[in-house]
Amino acid sequence: MISFEHYLLLSTIIFGIGLYGILAKKNAVAVLMSVELMLNAVNINFIAINKFIVQGEITGQLFAIFVIVVAAAEVAVGLALILSIFRQKKSVDLNDFDLLKW
Amino acid sequence: MDITLLSSEIFIAILGLLTLVLGLALPKKAKDLVGIIAVWGLIFILIEAIFSFGIEASLFNGVYMIDSYGSFFKILFIISAILVIMSAADYLVRFENRKTEFYSFMIFALLGMVIMAAANELITLYIGLELMAVSFYILTAYLLNDELSAEAGLKYLILGAVSSAILLFGISLVYAISGTTVISEIILNISLQPLLVAGIILLIAGFAFKISLIPFHMWAPDIYQGAPTPVTAFLAVASKAAAFAAMLRVFVIGLPIASFDWNFILAILAAITMIVGNLVALKQTNVKRMLAYSSIAQAGYILVGLIAFNVYGLKGVLFYSMLYVFSNIGAFAVATSVEVVAGSTDIKAFNSLGKRSPFMAAIMTVCLLSLAGIPPLAGFVGKFYLFAGVIQAGYLWLAFIGLIMSMISVYYYLNVAKAMYIGESQDVTPIIPSFSAQLALWTCLAATILIGVYPAPLTNLVQSAVTLFL
Repeated sequence: MISFEHYLLLSTIIFGIGLYGILAKKNAVAVLMSVELMLNAVNINFIAINKFIVQGEITGQLFAIFVIVVAAAEVAVGLALILSIFRQKKSVDLNDFDLLKW
Repeated sequence: MDITLLSSEIFIAILGLLTLVLGLALPKKAKDLVGIIAVWGLIFILIEAIFSFGIEASLFNGVYMIDSYGSFFKILFIISAILVIMSAADYLVRFENRKTEFYSFMIFALLGMVIMAAANELITLYIGLELMAVSFYILTAYLLNDELSAEAGLKYLILGAVSSAILLFGISLVYAISGTTVISEIILNISLQPLLVAGIILLIAGFAFKISLIPFHMWAPDIYQGAPTPVTAFLAVASKAAAFAAMLRVFVIGLPIASFDWNFILAILAAITMIVGNLVALKQTNVKRMLAYSSIAQAGYILVGLIAFNVYGLKGVLFYSMLYVFSNIGAFAVATSVEVVAGSTDIKAFNSLGKRSPFMAAIMTVCLLSLAGIPPLAGFVGKFYLFAGVIQAGYLWLAFIGLIMSMISVYYYLNVAKAMYIGESQDVTPIIPSFSAQLALWTCLAATILIGVYPAPLTNLVQSAVTLFL
């Protein structure tokens, strides 16, 4: 029987994979995809909570829809920024963006 | 439900759309009109917000609160938006024909902040946060042909998205335990268990990112340096205050110390932030980057008020946020005017500003001394509240660190003053900012001195705003 803990474990693993991708990937588009992974891990959590813990409510599912919409907006802005940087530098490699030092 | 309660929010949204449409519809010559409409519109909304201060109501089944606390922050955000837009007048030449959208993004960011401060529910809070953040991603990268600005925008977008994912994961865990997303109902249904602790820690990490506490500060100096200077001012002041407003509501009302002793984690974060922020600021040679580290350190001071968790401390948070608006925007407005003329914000560019524009040099000095907490300026009163609160709460060591670090901060603030009055420069042509920038500078100067000399009116305002927490 699949329980809430299994879903929580799955979402935590996906969240971790996303975080790893952001830290390890050098391509700006791949980093954006990793961000999406992290956000979708959260969505799994919200849906599972409604299925197992707070049954009969839809707050979690609503939250997931809002997260999807906002994530789409974020990616739209992100891709636009990557495009404008690509026009200047002819590269989307994060290693080339080193004018500002951490 | 009375829709007029939401009038400020509705007006802000309409103003944002109006500036966007007017920018497209007006002929090229008349585009300067958009800025004037934006400022006067915001002033009208500010007056409306001041008159409706003190109204208490809860809308949409307690999802959205109209209370003194939210109204206080609403007024704070609108004031900072007006000051930033006015001081940006000279700078906008750099945006060429994209000037008008600048106003509308600023106003949408403002709307996001207002929603954040008033939201009593986590979905609403998240939407406000993202509305603010997405507007800021665009504003940060607004100098399209400037490599620094584009790079800063992309960095802010990636790190901002990660931080909101972390915040969301925290929210989802808290929702799993409490079964509700309404902030004031969370405390009713929670019990201390590992999942809740993990949720609270993720929430702290998410908020710490937005208010740039060390070690979640890495983005701040880069983005502050790369972004257009007026945007940096708005980012450093208003977005930070918005994150504090939301954090206070979530932690004081939703998850008070009784639920899990998060106080100690925050105390350590605040201590590291104050120490490292001030020490790194000592080494900076760029005024914008120096102000970035100083604003990191200031976030540490403000956090002290939340750790105190008593009337004094919470009053201190609100009081300090308000005076921080005037002192910081004053300093950034001077940096903006210098950058317009000199083309850079290195400390060298400020050399002999005392001769080139005595009044701007004086305002910069007053604002920086206020940030350092020198009496009789406003910063002193704010720090007094914060540290008095935390001593009352028994964190004497934290107050000690704060006091020692504010003494150290005087050094790097006065470094700028030294460059302005003693530094030599070949170019001694006077700098004359535009009328609206001068007006913004005078307002900052007057408010910084007035709040310091006569803090009673602001204290009373703050007192009525924190009654929510008592």
